[in-house]
Formats: sequence, C-alpha cells, structure tokens
Amino acid sequence: MSQISRDELAHLAKLARLGVSEAELDTFVGQLDVILDSVAKVGEVAGDDIPPMSHAANLTNVFRSDEIRPGLSQQEALSGAPASEDGRFCVPRILGEEQ
Amino acid sequence: MTTKTETMDYDEVLERFDPVLGLEVHVELSTRTKMFCGCPNAFGGEPNTHVCPTCLGLPGALPVVNGSAVESAIRIGLGLNCEIAGWCRFARKNYFYPDMPKNFQTSQYDEPIAFDGYLDVELGDGETVRVGIERAHMEEDTGKSLHVGGATGRIHGADYSLLDYNRAGVPLIEIVTKPITGAGRRAPEVARAYVTALRDLLRAMGVSDVRMDQGSLRCDANVSLSPKGDEAFGTRSETKNVNSLRSVERAVRYEMTRQATLLSRGERVVQETRHFQEADGTTSAGRPKETSEDYRYFPEPDLVPIAPSSAWVEELRSTLPELPWERRRRIQQEWQLTDEELRDLVNTGAADVVAATVDAGAPVDDARSWWVQFLTEQANSRGVDLADLPVTPAQVARVIALISEGTLTNKLGREVVLGVLAGEGDPDEVIASRGLEVVSDDSALTAAIDEALAAQPDVVEKIRGGKVQAAGAIVGAVMKATQGQADAKRVRELILQRCGAE
Repeated sequence: MSQISRDELAHLAKLARLGVSEAELDTFVGQLDVILDSVAKVGEVAGDDIPPMSHAANLTNVFRSDEIRPGLSQQEALSGAPASEDGRFCVPRILGEEQ
Repeated sequence: MTTKTETMDYDEVLERFDPVLGLEVHVELSTRTKMFCGCPNAFGGEPNTHVCPTCLGLPGALPVVNGSAVESAIRIGLGLNCEIAGWCRFARKNYFYPDMPKNFQTSQYDEPIAFDGYLDVELGDGETVRVGIERAHMEEDTGKSLHVGGATGRIHGADYSLLDYNRAGVPLIEIVTKPITGAGRRAPEVARAYVTALRDLLRAMGVSDVRMDQGSLRCDANVSLSPKGDEAFGTRSETKNVNSLRSVERAVRYEMTRQATLLSRGERVVQETRHFQEADGTTSAGRPKETSEDYRYFPEPDLVPIAPSSAWVEELRSTLPELPWERRRRIQQEWQLTDEELRDLVNTGAADVVAATVDAGAPVDDARSWWVQFLTEQANSRGVDLADLPVTPAQVARVIALISEGTLTNKLGREVVLGVLAGEGDPDEVIASRGLEVVSDDSALTAAIDEALAAQPDVVEKIRGGKVQAAGAIVGAVMKATQGQADAKRVRELILQRCGAE
C-alpha cells in the first residue's frame, strides 16, 4: 500500500534541496514505501510499556559547566569558506532561490 | 502587494471584530557561554571570533548542553508559573538558510521544558489581565546576516549576503502565550503590558539583559480577527522585527486595522510573516509561513534527554527573586507613595530601575529624581525605553554617591552620565578620561579667584564694604573660568576669605 504520494516526495525533495528527476520520483516512491513499511513493523512489537527512545545510551542530564573554552580565530573560521568578505562568510543571494 | 487604500477607523474595527493575539518572545540568556559549546556569549565583537567547530556546524563536532542555561530555562518557567517537564528532549528544526551553518536549529518541539503557566499583567490604569503561557522552550540563536547590494540593505534585492556567526548558538528561550482573547480595544495595550511585565520579570531574575534595542529580547506578534460573536479564530499574520515596547503596541494596532480593512472588502488575510517598519508604524509582507511539517522536526540524536528531578526544580524555585510587582508593592509602602505616584513611576518604566538604584546604595529621592527627570529626558530624546538606556542602576548610584561626597557637582554628574550613555565606560572611567573631577584643590581655585577679583575691583570694594551678596558675580566668573568644575560653595568661601569679609 502506498503511504507516500509522488507529490509529497517531490515536496520533501524540495525541502531537502535535492534535485530529483521525474523518473527518480517514480522509483523512490516505491522504495520509500518499503522503508516505511519496514519501520512500521517496529511499532508492532513495541508495546505501550516501551517508551520511544532517541538515543542508544540510557543517559539523561549530561551538562557542561558554563565556562569559556578556546575556539577558532577568525582566520581559522573562514579558512574553509569558498568566499569571505570583511571577516564574514560570503553566501549567494538568499531570496530568489525558492522562486 | 496591496495598494494603499482607506484603512478602517479603529472604532469600527472593534464594532465588527474581536482581536486574538499570540505573542512569541525570544530572550537571549546572559550565560557566559553558548548553548552547546564553550564559545563566549557576548554582544558584538569582531565577526566570527566567538566561534568553534560546534557552532559552525563543522563535521564531527558534537554539542554539549550548557547546564546554567537549563537552570535559567527552568527558573523562567517557574517565574511564569509553568509546569516543568519531568523529561524532555531537544529537536532539530531543519531549514536551509545560511543564518544557521548546520542547516538546522537545535530547538525543542513537542517536549518543551516548561509549559502551561501564566503571567499576571498590570495595565496602565491598574487593571490586571492574566495572560496564559503555552510553553517556554530552549533553543539557540542564529547568526547575523548583512545583505549587500540592493537599495535598502534588506534581503530583497540583495546581491549576496555576509554572515557573522558570533551569535549562532547563543542560548535562547522562546516563550509563547496561549491565545489572548477578549482584550478588545485594549489588545495593543495588553500586548505591550505583557512584554513589559515579562521583561521586568526576566531582568529581576538576572537571566538576561533583556535589551530590546540589542535584540536580546525580541517579540513576534501574531494577530488575527474574528467577526464579532464568531468563536473561530481568523487567519493570523506574524509580525516580526518589533524591537521596542512602543512598537509592540503599534504593530498590533496596525495589524488589527489592516486585517479589518481587508476582511471588510471581502478579501482574505494571508498567513504570512510580516515586517514591522519602525519609521511609519506599518507592516509589510515577508515570506509565507512554513508549516511545522516543513521543518521536519526530529529528536536531536547528538544530545541526551533532560530530566530535571523535583529536588532540582525546588532548589531552583527557592532562588527566584522578589518579583517586580511584589517589589513595587513593597517600595510603595517603604517610600510612602500614593497609588498615583507609584503608577507614574511604573508607567515611565522607572520603578524597577529606581528600586535597583536604591538597592545599589542611593537615597530614594536622589534615585527617583535622576531616573524620572534627567534620564527620562535622555530616553525620550533617544526614542528608547528608560530601562534600555545604556546606563545601569549601579552606575547611577555611583554618580549619586560621587555628588554627595563632593567629588562631582550636579552638573558634572550629568556630564558623567552622558559619558556613560555614550559608551565611554563606568562613571569613574568617564571622570578620568574627560577630566571631570570637581576642582577642589584650593591653589588652583585661588588662582582663578585672584584673576576674577583683579578683573572686577569694584565688586571687591562692595564685598569689603560688607555687601557679601556681591560675591555672586565673582563666583560666576570663577565657575566660567573653571568650566563649571569647581564647587561653587567652596569658591564663595575662598572669595570672602580673600576679601577679608569673613
């Protein structure tokens, strides 16, 4: 049974900024359904007494003390940037991309 | 873009519609370090100098939660009469926008650390309104963008943008109200009073410097209208960039009128973010609002859950300070103010700063007169709220102390405060750098006095002849010569001494 529509998939691809072709959409719709079905099986075995987990380690309250630690210099911070200007990261025009 | 047309009269808006408000306030915590890394949390600084692999989202870097920020979040929740979650997690809010180099913001989604509270808000006439609090959750601030090219420096029409990530990762608490209904005509006033009360509360707790002008307290105002008698809420707009208390009130009122005008013409209100324009008090369309599904939230796998024990929560509850409104009731008694005097003090925003100045050691009357007169003038001429003036109650108390011990005259005191307001540092630094200390060295004064006496021999005769009030002319000349930096009382004594009229 199809759980995800072609339109939904196209929307998700757009949100994730993935360029997915029309042909790929058809392929991935079917594949994603298989994945979703498989994951849904986990829900069948987990009863109400089993809390959902987001982390493999059974830990809570892991905190850092509020103390300053050395970071990067401006030069180091910008060293991997394709472009920079006045100590800042330079990025292409932001609006317009979506239209 | 809609064309400019006649907007509806405010009275007519209220005859036909009921406003519903929802206010989202973001507050930057004043912790020493960021939310998930040990970079300094400081306003300003050279661009990209408060950064590290974690807040730049470099591969392999892992976040660790700042414990002090969690404590502040819990204290804020308690101050807002909220329940504190026994167990909650962070979530990734995914979006592609260069203000977050990770391509997601670490936030909280369906498990906020604090929820279901309220804040009692006092209006100008003393009426109290209870504003429900939906939730307060922890997240991180974004970097700052500078848009280059185009006419206005805004994102629209820009050629490219420059990013400074010093602010990225600064601890942020988002406080969301429940829908505020039934405020009617007073909706804009309630919005302002709520943000004011929240700011006062957060300041009293010492969790943030709550500077709206610097963006450490920011308000987004959601406004919708329902036709009179209709229970269902209308489509809302979310106005951002509302950077002062006055703007909160203006933005809400403008949106009420704008939406009523659209609806009365049979048009639709579009669900979108809007930008408040400080200059003319209007709002303009921003981007269409994303739905929360579009953010594809999921629990943050790099952080473990937070489970505050009730013992920890109670310990934090015991650290809550005297609340601002309780303090006001106390100072009213202690300072013997009438209801009206207290309300004036509160409405000018002076009550808390005066109280803090008194706490810092200044006499009540001095503290009141500084804030209510000179500093209120300064705030008005700068168009900011009194509490947002860049001078602290402790600095004002210091100036008051220096005046009472005779180091400064009142006039010099005002100059020192102007120096502090201009960002020249603490009062003592301003005094040193501007050379403002009262000339109390008698030898320096004597020279100026002798000069003035020599210039006006007729006045000297009068003084010698017993007309001591004539000394005023010499005092004036000496004050002028010392550019007001002499203690007039001491000058007078010295003049009389030198004329042998004592």
